[in-house]
Amino acid sequence: MPSITMNRIRNKKPTDLLFDATVVAVCILIFFIVAYPIYFIVIASISDPTYVSTGKVLFVPKGFSLFGYEQIFSDSRVWIGYRNTLFYALFGTFVNLLLTLPAAYVLSRHEFKARRFLMFFFIFTMFFNGGLIPTYMLMRDLSLIDTPWVFIFNPLTVNVFNLIITRTFFENNIPHEMFEAATMDGCSHFKFFSSIVLPLSKAVTAVIGLYYLVWHWNDFFTGLIYIRNYDLQPLQIVLRDILLSNQVFAEGAGSGGTGGGYAQRYADQVKYGVIIVSSLPVLILYPFIQKYFEKGVLIGSVKG
Amino acid sequence: MALTQGTNTETLPKAKKATILNTLRRDYQLWLMILPAIICVIIFNYIPMYGIQLAFREYDFTAGLTGGDWAGLKYFEQFINSHLFWDLIRNTLLISITTIVVGFPAPIALALLVNQIRWKRGKRILQTTVYLPHFISIVVLVGLLNVMLSPNTGVIGLLLAKLGVEGNLLASVKAFVPIYVLSDVWQHVGWNSIIYLAALAAVDPQLYDAAKIDGANKWQIIRNVEIPAIIPTIIILLILNMGTVISTGFEKIFLMQNSLNLPISEVIETYVYKTGIVSNQFSYAAAIGLFNTMINFMMLVIVNTIAKKVARISLW
Repeated sequence: MPSITMNRIRNKKPTDLLFDATVVAVCILIFFIVAYPIYFIVIASISDPTYVSTGKVLFVPKGFSLFGYEQIFSDSRVWIGYRNTLFYALFGTFVNLLLTLPAAYVLSRHEFKARRFLMFFFIFTMFFNGGLIPTYMLMRDLSLIDTPWVFIFNPLTVNVFNLIITRTFFENNIPHEMFEAATMDGCSHFKFFSSIVLPLSKAVTAVIGLYYLVWHWNDFFTGLIYIRNYDLQPLQIVLRDILLSNQVFAEGAGSGGTGGGYAQRYADQVKYGVIIVSSLPVLILYPFIQKYFEKGVLIGSVKG
Repeated sequence: MALTQGTNTETLPKAKKATILNTLRRDYQLWLMILPAIICVIIFNYIPMYGIQLAFREYDFTAGLTGGDWAGLKYFEQFINSHLFWDLIRNTLLISITTIVVGFPAPIALALLVNQIRWKRGKRILQTTVYLPHFISIVVLVGLLNVMLSPNTGVIGLLLAKLGVEGNLLASVKAFVPIYVLSDVWQHVGWNSIIYLAALAAVDPQLYDAAKIDGANKWQIIRNVEIPAIIPTIIILLILNMGTVISTGFEKIFLMQNSLNLPISEVIETYVYKTGIVSNQFSYAAAIGLFNTMINFMMLVIVNTIAKKVARISLW
């Protein structure tokens, strides 16, 4: 076995050998650069803040402490944000799918005459938009400001990118003969879509459903622009207050300050913890759904 | 002859009407299925476009979306003459062009690299890892930067201090653009490489064999086989990226801003937010925002025109 490996190495050109070694080295480096910050946050959140702040926690947790998590669990802001975001994300994704899937089906029907025009109608919004202020004025005129509806109905409710992915999937995976056979048996578009197309499209529904879900979960913009009432704020706004505005402790007392020192150390541990807590749903689900995310890009890229 | 012509002119319009009715009758279910999406896009995407006229009118609380009395170019003049004008344009262009120049080639290089890995499991692990940051929210990313770059307590901040880089990077005018762009690459390079990996997987294996018979080494194969094969993908994505680059950064730039890095971090979109949403100068802010839309659209058209001339690839 070693001799075979040696032979293989001997048979290679020296430049290729050098090339392979460089590839391996660079890959390891990239892996480290991407993975380390995420790994560091995890170990820092359970280590003693004194060690973390002096740079003594690098590769293994040191001086176990759950102070950050205790603070977060007793902070009602985090839980209100969590509850709100969960509601916006689930209900919002439901509405997104309700609008996107049938529209994509229609756009995939080649016999539908208005297809090309409607495709342009949707794609145009990717490259040109009214901008922040006119959109804000519209929301105000519709009295959507400071209501949960603004998280569900906004310019991204029908995401054109997801629409294109779904349409491409339908075009490539639902044979035209299937529809002809179904219509001959007296099947309508409604019936064909709901009882044949949808059951065959679980993969693409999962893909764009997850895209929409993650988008809602990470949406910070909507809360920032359209929501004033703190009880309606999504998780990302609460996160901003804790992570960036340094309003770490709910009571306001001892809110860190930027002078460093004792309070800042503990404030930082709350921050590490809250990063984990807020990203947890995505991080836990990620290994299982990763292949679906990737699939979406691949489906979308088939026809540009 | 005359008789047949007469009947023709009489029956033709009738027949045409009938076909329109027929197609409507045939397709009404399709129209019903797409109608909710059309209505939603008209209301939330097209009506704001109609509302752009606010930039040319006086803001009037009672008049709503489209504004009140005609003001012409008053607010555009006000913006061009304001002392912030050139700073905003410069910062906006600087940040977006640096993002394109650094951030666009990075996923191509990563895809070519990952494509070289023959060890399947290792390849899988690397891919899974580099896609992950894409799903982290912008707030968390900026929070991550803050705690890690902090000069007194952050792990990277302490390391840099040892290497002789002093001061708070987050409050530095010089460091803002590098931190913004590099963290952007960190977050999205893996995800954006997927599409190139797909293009590389579609390269004809015969081309590889032919190159090997000609005695090409791996580096020459990358240069002469793989890169030419993904050029069309590269150009299409470049055009698509040019059209959106200016408007994608708002949240991150806004969150990274502080009073010390403001001279470099104030861009058109953050200024629109402050004058419009925070200070309620709606007409003025709409006029500034229109500048952004126009720059965006211009970049898209320019790159598309160049691509059309040079490579015969175009979006339209």
